[in-house]
Amino acid sequence: MNDKNNLNEIGVISNIKLPDLDPPANTVGVIGWVRTNLFSGPLNTILTLAALALLVLVIPPILNWTLFDAVWSGGSDACRENPNAACWTFASSWWEFFLYGFYDKSERWRIDLVLWALYVGIAFIVVDDETRAQRPTSSVLAFIIAIMTGVFVSLLIRHGAPTMWMFAGGLLTVGLILWAWGLPNGRSRIGMILLFGFPVFAYFLLGGGVLGLSEVPTSDWGGFSLTLVIAITGIVASLPLGILLALGRRSEMPVLRLLSTLFIEFWRGVPLITVLFMASFMLPLFMPKGVNFDQLIRALIGVSLFSSAYMAEVVRGGLQAIPKGQYEGAQSLGLSYWKMMGLVIMPQALKIVIPGIVSTFIGLFKDTTLVLIIGLLDFLNSVQTATTNPEWSIKSVPYTGYVFVAIVFWVHCFGMAKYSHNLEQKLHTGHKR
Amino acid sequence: MAKVTASAPPKQSFSFSDQKTRGQIYQFITIALLIWFVWWIIDNTATNMRDQNIEFGFKFLNTQAGFGIIQSLIDYSEESSYGRVFFVGLLNTLVVAFIGCLLATILGFIVGVGRLSSNWVVKKISTIYVETLRNIPLLLQIFFWYHAVLKPLASPRDAHKLGDELWISLTNNGFLIPKPVPESGFGIVFIAFLLGIVATILLSRWAKKRQMETGQTFPVIWTSLALIIGVPFLVYLVMGGPLTMQPGEMGKFRPVNGLGLNIIPELMALLFALVAYTAAFIAEIVRAGIQAVSHGQTEAAHALGLRQGPTLRLVIIPQALRVIIPPLTSQYLNLTKNSSLATAIAYPDLVATFAGTVLNQTGKAVEIIMMTMAVYLTISLITSIFMNWYNAKAALVER
Repeated sequence: MNDKNNLNEIGVISNIKLPDLDPPANTVGVIGWVRTNLFSGPLNTILTLAALALLVLVIPPILNWTLFDAVWSGGSDACRENPNAACWTFASSWWEFFLYGFYDKSERWRIDLVLWALYVGIAFIVVDDETRAQRPTSSVLAFIIAIMTGVFVSLLIRHGAPTMWMFAGGLLTVGLILWAWGLPNGRSRIGMILLFGFPVFAYFLLGGGVLGLSEVPTSDWGGFSLTLVIAITGIVASLPLGILLALGRRSEMPVLRLLSTLFIEFWRGVPLITVLFMASFMLPLFMPKGVNFDQLIRALIGVSLFSSAYMAEVVRGGLQAIPKGQYEGAQSLGLSYWKMMGLVIMPQALKIVIPGIVSTFIGLFKDTTLVLIIGLLDFLNSVQTATTNPEWSIKSVPYTGYVFVAIVFWVHCFGMAKYSHNLEQKLHTGHKR
Repeated sequence: MAKVTASAPPKQSFSFSDQKTRGQIYQFITIALLIWFVWWIIDNTATNMRDQNIEFGFKFLNTQAGFGIIQSLIDYSEESSYGRVFFVGLLNTLVVAFIGCLLATILGFIVGVGRLSSNWVVKKISTIYVETLRNIPLLLQIFFWYHAVLKPLASPRDAHKLGDELWISLTNNGFLIPKPVPESGFGIVFIAFLLGIVATILLSRWAKKRQMETGQTFPVIWTSLALIIGVPFLVYLVMGGPLTMQPGEMGKFRPVNGLGLNIIPELMALLFALVAYTAAFIAEIVRAGIQAVSHGQTEAAHALGLRQGPTLRLVIIPQALRVIIPPLTSQYLNLTKNSSLATAIAYPDLVATFAGTVLNQTGKAVEIIMMTMAVYLTISLITSIFMNWYNAKAALVER
């Protein structure tokens, strides 16, 4: 108090606030950003220059090859004239083979219908209520669905789908999803339908033999639709199997624990190729006479067992992260084992391990390419087969084919990874550090 | 309301409502089902094999193989046995796994640190690298390197003339470099190298002990570099350079076998793809490990007066490694298992030669697939033993 009075008496301190000076020009704006992020020291400067040199060296040729010099129209002759750039007409001439394989031409509308249901369902799951409330994403959803409907309906017409099937399938798909969408927890309901109902629907529609549909042998299946069949079967089978195995490994019964552990460690310890070899060569020996699986079923069994072991370890990680109090709390409420697991433990455990589950899915999706080693015509194999066509034996064709496959896989895998990241952020209801 | 009276604890007798009893019954049923299932499978297999006239047994391992292998580390010819093929394949697998792990670790650490760099361009390049490569199937990457990059290269016949000395040559026959041939006296250089390693270990123990006692530091890194590289190099010079580089020579169609060191394109494609793919995963592990060490650790180390170098070496890295090593080991294991994709481009690894060619020739599916799986299971078992040992050693010792 005393000091303040003294100061006032001296009166050398101005009581008018002077305007703030601007920060030095070279610490703000573009220059400041460049200085702090690119040239903050000698080492950083060298790194920046080296990296920029690398980019200058690499990016223009890539852009030229994929976009500016690429062949976008015409036939194989156009590519032969320009062998030093991407030959996208290769992809556009062969896309039906890449998508459907040798599936009967007059029956391809069945695959269209299945893909339509799949992608519309995925769109409904991905575009969620909360973001819809914040942003006008419902129109985004409508937009996505309109585009997909346009694409797939034109495909259906192109492949001469019977009108009755087109309407029935379309109405069933969209109607079922809209119905589930309107209910509380609609999205998880759609998830359940996609996970368990959709495979049955796809199985009967693709395989045929019911409702007047002609039978299409699995040896004719191929292309990207076969890749999706393998990936989705693996996902659908591995989740419940993995959960059971994880519960077994954490069980208090020593026999169950030992067996689950052995099962998990066995499949995790061997490469998928040997599993596929085993499914392909040994499975027929294991079965009694007369029981015969075709090559696709063998691959599906191998892939499912293999990925369920990985899924089990992911789920076990989640189970271990649940504090003991949750188990004890559930037990003290008088819940039985399955009720405790289903209502209290699993919802929390699965929520924690969503990133792990999705990365297992991504790994499984990438690993489906291995089935080409046991002779299935998956997406990669179909593209590879097309590149060996004599009419297309052009230098740029193998590159183009591989880049095309890479782009398709990348879009799917990256999409899954991004979605799981968003979901993780949204479900993170606990305290963030 | 009825009066509740305390009753005696229930008598220990057989009751189905007892959880323990039920558990035992479940386990008994499981064992019975398992035994039945295993017996069923063995019985089916035996019946099927009898019907197809296949005999179970490992005698075929002594039979002559009769096919060539383009890369083998041990002596192998078409007269060798199937058992020999097994070892050739196993060694080829281990070669890919070893080199692959080494290179993937180096690249992965560079990219992982790059993702945390304060330099914006470096950070973005690293991120794009990781996000691109780990979202593309490995098999596709192998095919890309093999069919699209290495196979379209010029053939040796177009690139070289008959009798050319090949010091370095990259053709669709492989990457040919001179082969180092040790002469008499090279053994001494090698012994000097081994002695250097031993001396370094002793020196670092002594230096640590002295630092604990007196606080004085000793430039261990520079001395050990001198001991491990400098001294053997001096010995090498003194011995008059007992190592010659033998170049390859162009034969009629391809470089003459045995002259020069030829890295076959299958191996190169496999290594490129495995290293690039695994490095993307290792980069993420490294990034997570470094980020797991809180910034307070750095600040505390600086507050204690440690400079940037010792802070990294003594405070950050040891803590980050504790987080990094376990997932890193499982990436090594993944790389080893993924090397079995070699079979798709016919690199002669265990799966391609043994579970591929030998299986097709002999039809001994059960034995061969069992042996192949056993190899990979052993490798994973060893890895997990190592991991448990490391975890026990590195685990935080809490009060």
